[in-house]
Amino acid sequence: MDHGVSLSPWGLALLQALLYAVLAPLLAGWVRKIKAWLQNRRGASPLQPYRDLYKLFAKEARMAHTASLVFRAAPYIVFAATWMAVSAVPLIAIGLPTGAIADVIVVAGLLALARFFLALAGMDVGTAFGGMGASREMFVSALAEPAMLMAIFTLAMIAHSTNLSSVADYQLLNESGLRPSYMFALAGLVLVAIAETGRIPVDNPSTHLELTMIHEAMILEYSGRHLALMEWAAQLKLLLYGALLVNVFLPWGITRGTDMSDLWLGLAAVVIKLALLGAALALSETVLAKMRLFRVPAFLNLALLLALLGLLSHVILEVGA
Amino acid sequence: MNLEQLPLLQQLMIVLAAVALFTSFVLLEQARLVAAIHAFAWQGVLVAMVTAVVATSGGLEHLFFSAGLTLGLKAVLIPWMLHRLVRRLELDRHSEPLRRPVLVVMAAVALVIFSYWLVLPMVQEGLMFTRNIVAVSLAVVLIGLLMMAVRQQAVAQVLGFMSMENGLFLAAVSATGGMPLVVELGVAFDVLVAMVLFGVFFFQIRESIDSLDVDRMNRLSERGEDL
Amino acid sequence: MLAGVPRLNISGWLNVGISAVTFAASLALAWAVAGAGTVAGMSFRVDAFNVYLLALTAFVGMTTSIFSRPYMRHVRESGRTTDRGLRLYHAMFQLFIFTMLLALATDNLGVLWVAVEGATLATVLLVSLYRTPEAIEAAWKYFILCGVGIALALFGTVLLYFAAQQVVTDPAEGLTWSTLYGVSSQLPPSIMSLAFVFLLVGYGTKVGLVPMHQWLPDAHSEGPTPMSAVLSGLLLNVALYAVVRLKILVDGSLANADSPRLAGYLLMGFGLLSFLVAGLFLHRQRDIKRMFSYSSIEHMGLMTFAFGLGGPLATFGALLHMLVHSLTKSAIFVTVGHAAHIAGTQNIDHIRGLIRTQPAVGWGLLLGVVAIAGFPPFGVFTSEFLLLSATMQTQPWFAVVLLIGLAVAFAGLLRYLQPMVYGVAPEGQRPVSANMLPVMIHLGLVLWLGLAIPSFLAAWLDRATDLITGAHLL
Repeated sequence: MDHGVSLSPWGLALLQALLYAVLAPLLAGWVRKIKAWLQNRRGASPLQPYRDLYKLFAKEARMAHTASLVFRAAPYIVFAATWMAVSAVPLIAIGLPTGAIADVIVVAGLLALARFFLALAGMDVGTAFGGMGASREMFVSALAEPAMLMAIFTLAMIAHSTNLSSVADYQLLNESGLRPSYMFALAGLVLVAIAETGRIPVDNPSTHLELTMIHEAMILEYSGRHLALMEWAAQLKLLLYGALLVNVFLPWGITRGTDMSDLWLGLAAVVIKLALLGAALALSETVLAKMRLFRVPAFLNLALLLALLGLLSHVILEVGA
Repeated sequence: MNLEQLPLLQQLMIVLAAVALFTSFVLLEQARLVAAIHAFAWQGVLVAMVTAVVATSGGLEHLFFSAGLTLGLKAVLIPWMLHRLVRRLELDRHSEPLRRPVLVVMAAVALVIFSYWLVLPMVQEGLMFTRNIVAVSLAVVLIGLLMMAVRQQAVAQVLGFMSMENGLFLAAVSATGGMPLVVELGVAFDVLVAMVLFGVFFFQIRESIDSLDVDRMNRLSERGEDL
Repeated sequence: MLAGVPRLNISGWLNVGISAVTFAASLALAWAVAGAGTVAGMSFRVDAFNVYLLALTAFVGMTTSIFSRPYMRHVRESGRTTDRGLRLYHAMFQLFIFTMLLALATDNLGVLWVAVEGATLATVLLVSLYRTPEAIEAAWKYFILCGVGIALALFGTVLLYFAAQQVVTDPAEGLTWSTLYGVSSQLPPSIMSLAFVFLLVGYGTKVGLVPMHQWLPDAHSEGPTPMSAVLSGLLLNVALYAVVRLKILVDGSLANADSPRLAGYLLMGFGLLSFLVAGLFLHRQRDIKRMFSYSSIEHMGLMTFAFGLGGPLATFGALLHMLVHSLTKSAIFVTVGHAAHIAGTQNIDHIRGLIRTQPAVGWGLLLGVVAIAGFPPFGVFTSEFLLLSATMQTQPWFAVVLLIGLAVAFAGLLRYLQPMVYGVAPEGQRPVSANMLPVMIHLGLVLWLGLAIPSFLAAWLDRATDLITGAHLL
């Protein structure tokens, strides 16, 4: 392996962002494939989402008469915000310049911005389903946000920083072994991730029944390139949470340097980890049933409780006073 | 003194204790009796595992015996007895959700913090991890107490009581490396007898007020009864 | 063994027989202690403090069993319980006495806990013997509240063991009172104070300290009368004994700490609170047994306060009080049992004119109440007087409070007593076959103790005082 070629940090950051955008549909396709396989079907190929996006970009974007500027602008804003948020999460390397803005709070804020515009878009056209989807989405995220922040803060307290790169770095360096706070925070974050990305048991991404939709209801009115951007943004969000879970909690394989060989290793590691995570997600989606909406608060309360226990475990059990 | 510097067994002990605390939360919140009994059984298993870990790391053989005793009693025998009672009392499908779940969970978290504070000045720095496990075990005891206070079903109250005993055993094992064997046997025997008596009681209660909702037993008061 | 005896008459006599043997044995033990100072061995330890309690327990157990034989036969005949219930009663009665004696005699604090819990378990089923809804409720409350209390006491015991392990190297000795007594000044104060709080709340629940007393009036009033007698007279004493034993250790440990009198203050606080609250609640009662249960709480509160006060005078008074209260209260409960039989109810408003219907019972009740209220020349007066003097010496304001409380309780008792004994007897009230012998014996003893404490008893109590406070009175 030649060590000669190495990229500048900014180049690496750009590469990482592009990788995210490129890999997102693959993850979604992979999950779908595994699900089909578990249901004894052959299912579409994992590359199908790429074809879907291509098809959608080529189509004409139709809008209702009542659509306003918000409706037109929302897909771009949502996609941009999500892409910026996701590029801050370490994928194959840490210590990048984007790492400087990769503060957990910034990420949460960008995701909130995206969600805000998504909800506005849903309500914009004035249909019943859009409004319903928007209100449900706000409901779910209002409950999920505290849990997510609590879990993230547990991590931050352990690593003494809210910067995601530092947190991953800390984990990498310290061979921390068993930590109940990590376990609880991980469990809490998994539940939050399921809620935020709209997977079973909170929301069914492939449902065609409007009354059970949350995310789908908000983008029901979109078509063409707008729909493509919205779908891509949703896939990016899934990848974001996946990368967050695998790279922050289990960061083995991530590189600190900019050597090409290390980067290939990092890429391979993260691809394997994400593949395993995707398979686990598919398995859980097959096994569990979607919950009725009024049970979602109990689910998210459990997530909050787990995150809280993680925090308490950290303070009580792991830190000398 | 940081977590990483502790040997592996002690880290394992901390993890197990934390999960035991989690099970006491689960126990508190369970609406269905059968699920609550299972949660209690898991708590017993975890406590037995902590005992085994302490026994391994300290080389105290009599603790292995205690671990086995706890496992047999708290994780198998008592849940089995409760299960049998529940079936005879026809409460299998009974489900009693907490009246104010949010408030109860917040109270439980407050109890965890309170028990930590209580134990805080107790031990010098050198024995840190012991103190923390004692805090967790006191929290389990207090949450068991909370469960007895908020639940009206008699069987659920008994589960709270047994969960208190679990917490006490955890405290004894982790803080002191186990009490003298004679005492442990006595305590175990008492718990068993208490369980048997509870069983007898359930039937008496049900005979008298035709339900196991203990809130309905309130005829005795300061006014006295016209006997 | 007693459960297996089917013939109820025989089981009643057997009960008496066994109790008598127990009493004889305890007297022998007392003789040995009087000679040697402390008798110990095999993790039992009998010293001045608990030997007289042992003798007392055995004695009251014996007299109560004498009383219970015909009483329970009457209960059986009137259909309030069944044959099996009666067998259970006898078996549990002996078991109960056994656990109490074990708790008193043991040197190991863990075994103490086991025995106290065992005593609770033995009596739980007996409280609900009559199977009425009220009885079952009372037994359930008793079980749950005392169970919780005992669990907290166990936590305190664990903490105590933890503290002991810092100092005592042999793990088997960590809970032995004698060993701990020797090293009590080395035990870490922070742990000991936390442990004591738990132990006080835990064992205090069994003593009946407010606010953990909720189970007491119900349990003592719903069970069969002999049960109320021994519960009130004996179990409360055992629990208080446990508290005081632990206080001795804590005092040793805290002697060099910031607040050396912490244990004492806690005891005083709880004791005073119980005393006042019980005295006030006394007035609201409608059930005769509940009223006397509150009187028990009040007296236990007084004793707790006295032990908390510390000092030889107060301690001597408290020890004497334990003795006379036990005798008097059990006598009262026996009499009350007869009174309830005569009147057919436990409701105070319906019990009238006892002295006309059956003078023995009427006089018994009158004398009993007079004794417990603290009239001279009964023993209770002596102990209360000692207590008041001690209080006036050290904390004069509390003496005022105590006097007020005593007056309140006194008023309450007499107010209900008067119509019960002297009122117009309702129609159809008939005398019952009442065995007043135990009552007379008890009251006679109390009177004797009030007039003149025999010297061996005084020496006994004095040695116990020395053990507890480190100073003699006489």
